[in-house]
Amino acid sequence: MRKEILDTTTLDQEGLKKLDAYIEGLRGNKEEQLIHVLHHAQQIFGYLPKNLQWYIANQLNMPSAKVNGVVTFYSLFSEEPRGKYTVSVCMGTACFVKGAEKVLDRILELTKSEKGKMSDDGLFTVQDVRCIGACGLAPVVTINEKVYGNVKINEVDDIIRRYKRGDQHAS
Amino acid sequence: MKLIDKMINCTVNGMDITVEKGTSVLDAAAKAGVHIPTLCHLNLHDLNAVNQSANCRVCVVEDENSGRLVPSCSQEVYDGMNIETDSLKAVMGRRTSLELLLSNHPQDCLTCIKNLDCELQSLAHEMNIKEIHYQGEKMKHPIDTTSQAIHKDPNKCIMCRRCITMCNDVQTVGVLSPLKRGFDVVVATAFHMDMGDTSCTYCGQCVSVCPTGALAEMDASSKVWKRLNNPKKHVIVQVAPAVRVALGEEFGYDPGEISTGKIVSALRRLGFDTVFDTNFGADLTIVEEAKELVDRIEGGGPMPMLTSCCPAWVQFIEQQFPELLDVPSTCKSPQSMVGSLAKTYYAEQNNIDPEDITMVSIMPCVAKKAEAAREELSVEGHYNVDYVLTTRELARMIKEAAIDFKTLRDDSFDQLLGESTGAAAIFGTTGGVIEAASRTAYEMVTGKELKKVDFKDLRGIDGIREATIEMNGTKLRIGIAHELGNARKLLEDIRDGKSHFDAIEIMACPGGCIGGGGQPYHHGKSEILKKRAESIYKIDMGSEVRKSHENPMVKKVYKDFLETPGSKRAKELLHTTYSAKERI
Ligand code: SF4
Ligand code: SF4
Ligand code: SF4
Ligand code: FES
Ligand code: FES
Repeated sequence: MRKEILDTTTLDQEGLKKLDAYIEGLRGNKEEQLIHVLHHAQQIFGYLPKNLQWYIANQLNMPSAKVNGVVTFYSLFSEEPRGKYTVSVCMGTACFVKGAEKVLDRILELTKSEKGKMSDDGLFTVQDVRCIGACGLAPVVTINEKVYGNVKINEVDDIIRRYKRGDQHAS
Repeated sequence: MKLIDKMINCTVNGMDITVEKGTSVLDAAAKAGVHIPTLCHLNLHDLNAVNQSANCRVCVVEDENSGRLVPSCSQEVYDGMNIETDSLKAVMGRRTSLELLLSNHPQDCLTCIKNLDCELQSLAHEMNIKEIHYQGEKMKHPIDTTSQAIHKDPNKCIMCRRCITMCNDVQTVGVLSPLKRGFDVVVATAFHMDMGDTSCTYCGQCVSVCPTGALAEMDASSKVWKRLNNPKKHVIVQVAPAVRVALGEEFGYDPGEISTGKIVSALRRLGFDTVFDTNFGADLTIVEEAKELVDRIEGGGPMPMLTSCCPAWVQFIEQQFPELLDVPSTCKSPQSMVGSLAKTYYAEQNNIDPEDITMVSIMPCVAKKAEAAREELSVEGHYNVDYVLTTRELARMIKEAAIDFKTLRDDSFDQLLGESTGAAAIFGTTGGVIEAASRTAYEMVTGKELKKVDFKDLRGIDGIREATIEMNGTKLRIGIAHELGNARKLLEDIRDGKSHFDAIEIMACPGGCIGGGGQPYHHGKSEILKKRAESIYKIDMGSEVRKSHENPMVKKVYKDFLETPGSKRAKELLHTTYSAKERI
């Protein structure tokens, strides 16, 4: 793994230049700016692969464990490439009791993806999350910002299909 | 503000006490003579190492005024607070916290490396846990045995974060960090990298403070047993300066007990063929290092010269300050010098094939394990040192062999590498190496006898110290740092040209090797380190010879074998090189 982390030649070099310029322009304590830098990097690269995190750690002169700690703390950061749509299935107790697991399985099947890994068509990343505080609507699924409550297993096909089609329309 | 304004009143279990504003409930209770169990909390007052994560809640007590449970380690006393530490609610609260931790714990104490030395285990005993009322999902993380030095078993981690405080705040290495959050949080390396791939210095300070078996040394005792039971092997052992003032603790002696003679005896009982003294190597290191210092002063640098006997420190400079690699002395550490001579000089004198020699070191140190595996520290394909055991591992082997340590008679080291001076003894504590070097350098430079051998200015416990020594009119500016965070400050100033020194001693561990990562656990009591340091100076005071270059056996080695300090052969056998490493 060490080699893979230390090799930054696989990263988009133009992107790195942009990132450097951004870091250069930061005022004050760079450590405090870490979140901004990560945010910016994710915008440029789409996600935060390990070698990019290592690169950022070096640029900010801080341990990569700290950078990785922050990246894994906030769900808004991703270490994996992300699909256009992030599908989050709540696995909190209320949702679980109401069959969230079946919903998750069905979504994975429909999107032909593995949990947390982007689908091959680049459209979906499906993940399970802990209680999102909408237990009254259990089971709950969110797709990007949109919340779907009381999701029945037979509605899942329809929802996913709409996103697949929506994407075709858009392109 | 007058003192009186800063004082507030409270009661602890009905006793009235007055404390300073800002005092924690824990400290207030201690003032009233009341003990409250703690787990995640760690406060090494003298070393500026405070872990205040307050997340185990094993220390909760009842605030009678509100009826609420508060964590005593982090809660500050307010004026008029009434604290109950032994109400049913408080007792049950603490028990619940502990049971929750235990419900997610492997509970394989019988075969755990920290058995009987584990703070979680002793709390379970102290709190009379007979049953665990919760069933938690147990963690399933792989155990990391990829480094030579640190054994990491995240399944035993209770998230106290003491290791993170040590590694990030005290040592400023930053290998360990919490990853993820909430229930999924785990104390790990960046990207869950193998420990062996990280920039870990192997100082072992995370191990020193880990309350459980989550972090420990990589135990080499079974490999050593194998060699001891192999009649074809000539197994030599050496003992570091700081071991002799600490091992006794493992056998019920008070901290600071000097048990050199018993250790030698025990090692013979364990079956080692020859028992050498790392202190001999320390004397030799001093002679080589003093020569190098004098040469550098006369030859115009590079200055300052930094000591190089602490491998965690060497690892640190290679990774964090690759641009400064010309400043550390090229001298190998004492253990490597002894190993190097054992497999050449001693082997030659005794007609032993170096191939048949196994060199084992007993060290206060976890990093020495990684040091021994450095390619640079081998001569003709033979590693200078084959296995390193920490003080703790030796204690376990002695117990395993059912040797009654306390009744052992005192024995002395074998020759040729067994004689040492007071100067070598003080290697074990911060400031000692540079003091020993100063004694020898003084006589080398001035050609005069040094009458007052004690350089008291160099001693002490402050993290960074400075002193000046006069030699023939030239002033030698000396710097000392212990703990890597302090070393970093010193090095940054040197790099940026803000401070100028001629010689600097750096030790990675708090207090130097007496506080090494392989020493008996201090469980947060920094007085123990002070006791060990006192004993180190006692050994020096009591030694007939107190200057390394006057060690008769050191003189003999030069006469028979090495010729002069800094000779071609000395360079080959006793010096090494450094190389820049990626920081990751
Ligand atoms: S051994 Fe030292 S450097 Fe390595 S993780 Fe532990 S504290 Fe950090
Ligand atoms: S590894 Fe040890 S010291 Fe570190 S958080 Fe876990 S239990 Fe605490
Ligand atoms: S100070 Fe001593 S015990 Fe600590 S890492 Fe350095 S050599 Fe080892
Ligand atoms: S359990 Fe799903 S929203 Fe609370
Ligand atoms: S010791 Fe107080 S919360 Fe852990």
